This record gives sequence, structure tokens and C-alpha cells, in this order.
Amino acid sequence: MAGAPKKISDFDKNALEEAIRVKEKLGDVEVVTVTVTSEDVKAVLREALAMGADRAFVVSDAGFQDIDTGGTAYVLAKAIGKIGEFSLVLCGETSLDSFSGLVGSKLAELLGLPQMSSVRKFVVEGDAVLVERTLEDAIETVRAKLPTLVSVTREINQPRIPSLMMIMKASKKEIVNWTAADLNLQKEKLGSKIEVLEVLAPKTERKKIRITGETVEEIADKLAKALIQEGVVGR
Amino acid sequence: MSENKGVWIFSDMHDLALEMLGKGRELADKLGTELVAVLIGASAQGKADELIKCGADKVYVVENPALEQVQIEPYLGVLSNLVTSYRPDIVLVGSTKNGKPLAARLAMRLDIGCIPDCARLSVDDQGRLVGERITYGGNAVAKIALKSKPQIATVPARAFEKPQLKERNGQVMKVDVKVDAAKTEIVETKPLETSNVKIEDAQVIVSCGRGLQKKEDKALLDRLAGVLYGQVGCSRPLAEDRKWFSEWVGLSGHKVKPKLYIACGISGVIQHVAGIRDAKVIVAINKDEQAPIFEIADYGVVGDLYQVLPALEEAIKRQLH
Repeated sequence: MAGAPKKISDFDKNALEEAIRVKEKLGDVEVVTVTVTSEDVKAVLREALAMGADRAFVVSDAGFQDIDTGGTAYVLAKAIGKIGEFSLVLCGETSLDSFSGLVGSKLAELLGLPQMSSVRKFVVEGDAVLVERTLEDAIETVRAKLPTLVSVTREINQPRIPSLMMIMKASKKEIVNWTAADLNLQKEKLGSKIEVLEVLAPKTERKKIRITGETVEEIADKLAKALIQEGVVGR
Repeated sequence: MSENKGVWIFSDMHDLALEMLGKGRELADKLGTELVAVLIGASAQGKADELIKCGADKVYVVENPALEQVQIEPYLGVLSNLVTSYRPDIVLVGSTKNGKPLAARLAMRLDIGCIPDCARLSVDDQGRLVGERITYGGNAVAKIALKSKPQIATVPARAFEKPQLKERNGQVMKVDVKVDAAKTEIVETKPLETSNVKIEDAQVIVSCGRGLQKKEDKALLDRLAGVLYGQVGCSRPLAEDRKWFSEWVGLSGHKVKPKLYIACGISGVIQHVAGIRDAKVIVAINKDEQAPIFEIADYGVVGDLYQVLPALEEAIKRQLH
């Protein structure tokens, strides 16, 4: 969204927090963030580094302006390939602006990884991860061998707020900038496969009737009567 | 190459598949094509009859012991195999926790697009599928079409009405498809511990926001919900910040579609409104007469929820019971 203040999506913060916790528990782990963007996001990445990421990778290109979820997943996959070996890809379940919730799955497809979505609890056990997924009417416990991709929900953790010390330390951490050319991206894979025909204000056709009265009892009586007439009260 | 034909429906949630068949029937009729339901499971054929009664012309049944539980790789393999062989025009996938990743990966595997979470679907003059979805954090509705076929869209639960069952003729076809091995192992499945009906299924919801001062005051809402045979919900701050509830109504929480939604002490930020947009009647009770919730309410009461709720409870009891 051009013009809107940029920030790390809440869901992505949950994913980052979870990655940092893995590092704190296991020790010998590097946490890197990967961002695909058409805009300047340095300030946002400083926050990720302050939270505890070790390095940040940014792939930015003006050509990414109209990139869709498939294109984003493609660039992420190419970037991850260039960064090198990895054990775990953590994503937020969805983004806060578009709420598509497609990128994680598409990335898993491109990387050929086992995928666990809607994850509310997560532990690394040797060379595997054990997760709890929240389904519509059940909690599912699932195990997969590393490397794997996990997308997390908001309830998994409370992301930390970096201290001044962490913010200072982060200024020394590395932000690696790449462009489309650095990743040998194929142009035709970046083209959007969807076409936005129209963006409309959400429709509201509400009655907007104010119920007033001398006393609260009178108001309540009028409201109850209106709701009974609407047929929305009672079985 | 022959062109893509047919409207397909798949969901791992049976009720959602039925809801999608109602809409799918309308789209297929408009396109003059067949409506196909895909059933996948260890023993899935038993459900075929109901799918036909809800509008399917044809049901493809893929049965294999390895398909007992929904897992991405085997289900995705089956779906992409079927889609590649039979070349449908439109594939609607139920937007469940498992269905959405399936649709996303199917689109990626076929190198095509996918419109997620369409609350409305139609076919335009050129015969293209047009999906409408809420975007920009709830501030807008985008109408989206796809540039290639098959056209994949996901459909959330309760977006469309389940059709009336009708006796009609349909064809059930068993299809043999090679099943890929799962890359994940389901260790355990526990039913979600909910004492009540799920809030998405509630007909009446009495919901509170920051205007509620203490957790214990929830009892006021419980009592009103009791006389309305409804359920209690809340907006995000009460769940996320104050931790008084475990789940909330809104764009990032549950999207609800009750007959009656009573918003008490809820200001009505756009993210909350996006979650209640499909309610039949919305009532707003708020001390602040400028609160944006009044702009999207059918009935508004400017007042203190601590006075209005007990009075409303009494009034309903008196007039109804």
C-alpha cells in the first residue's frame, strides 16, 4: 500500500519471534529475514534485526510493483536458494493488508517442502519439528522432518519489543540488498496472474435508525420491539 | 487443444462443499457447462448422493486408504492430476485450514493464479470468473479475475446458502489416481474444546469491546445472550490485549454471519466491521455518539451498556416470553 506507514506485519513478527526462540534454545542457529519489495524498507528491517534476526536480505526492484502472491513466492524461493542451506522456513499465516494467505503455501510448493499451516505451537525435536495446528474443529499434532516450512498464527507467541541495547546492536548487523538481476529472475514468472478489475468501498446498506427515549427502559422497549419485528429474536 | 470446461467443487468440509454447489450450479448454468464435485477420502463415495442432490451433475470419487486424513501432498497430487487430465474451466476450493494451502499450491504447481476467500462469485460477459474479496485491511472490496485457466478460487464457509436437496440424476465416477506419499505425519487429532456452538454458527451474537470495564461484567452479556438464545463474542482488544477471551470477531479473528449482532461498547474500527458485514441486523450500543459503529448499524442506542443491556434483557423477556 503506497503511502501507508510501513511496518512488519503482525503475523510476520510472530514468525520472527518463533525463529529467535529456536535460536535461543538450540544455540547454533542463524536467523535471517527475507523480504521482497518494490519500496524502501530499511527502517522496518532494523526493527527485525533489533528483535534478534542475525541478517536481513532484501530483494527490491521497481518491477515488483504489481507482483502477485505467486511472483512473491518465486522471488523468495530464488533468494532462499542463493542464501544457501536452511533447515526451517517460518512465515506468518497471512498478511495484515491483503489477507490472501497464499504466499507461504506457494513457497512450500516451489521449494518442495513439507508444509504445516495454522500452527499455534511449535518445537524442534532433533531433525524434525512437532507442531500443533488449529483446524476448524480440531487440534492436530503433526511431525515433519527438517527442512520444512511452517506458517504461524497470532496466538503462537507474544513478539518481543526490542530494548535500546538491542536496537544499538542491530545497527551493526548486515542488510544484504539484491535486485532482480542478482537472482537471475525470469521476467515471465514475475507477471501477475490475477487481474484486479475494480476496487470498491465495502457496501453498507444499513438502516442507521437511532433509538431514543426519555428513559433507558423506553429505549429498551422500542429496541426490543424493532428486533422482534425484524424477526431476528427468538428461535 | 480442447478448451477448459466445467465448474468443479472441492472441499474437505462436507457442508462447505454443499454450500459451494449452490453457487456452482448458478455459474455452470450461466456458462452452459457441467457442475462436478470431487470427493477424496478413504471411503468417500457415501457422500456422493447428497452432492448430486445439491446440484452436481457428476461426482469424481478418488478413494484410497492413504487419503483417510487430509494431508497436503497426497491430496494435492490427486487434485492436480484430476485437473490436468480433465481440464476444468473453474475450480472452487473450500477455504478451510487445509483447503486454502491446497488451492494455493495447486495454482503454483500449475503456474496459474488463485483468488482467495471470495465472498461473492459471478461470471462476466466474457465468461470469466469474477471473485470479490475484502482487502486492504478491510477497507475495500476487490473484484478480481484470472488470466489463465483453470480459474481457481477459494470460498469461505457460510458465504453461500446450502441448496435444498432435490432428487436429480447425476453420475458417480470412480477415478484411479496415483497417490503421492505424505511428507508430514499426523500424530494426534483432538477435537477443539468448545463448550458452546461455534461463534461462526451462532444466530445471535452479543459482543463487547473496550467499553466493557471488567472481565466479570461479561455476565451482563451472558444474560442478554441467554434470553436471545445467542452467544457472547468480543472485539480484538478484549482478546489480544486484555486476554479476557480466547477468540474474537473481526477480520483477523472470526467472520460471523448471525441474524442479529449486538455490538456493545465497540467503537467499530474497520477490521471489526469486516468481520460482521454479513450480519442481517446490527445493533450498536455505545456511549460515544460519534463512534463509527453507528454508521454501519441498523439500530443505534447512544447510552451506557451497563444500563442498556439489563433494560434490553428485561424488555425482551417481557415482550417475547
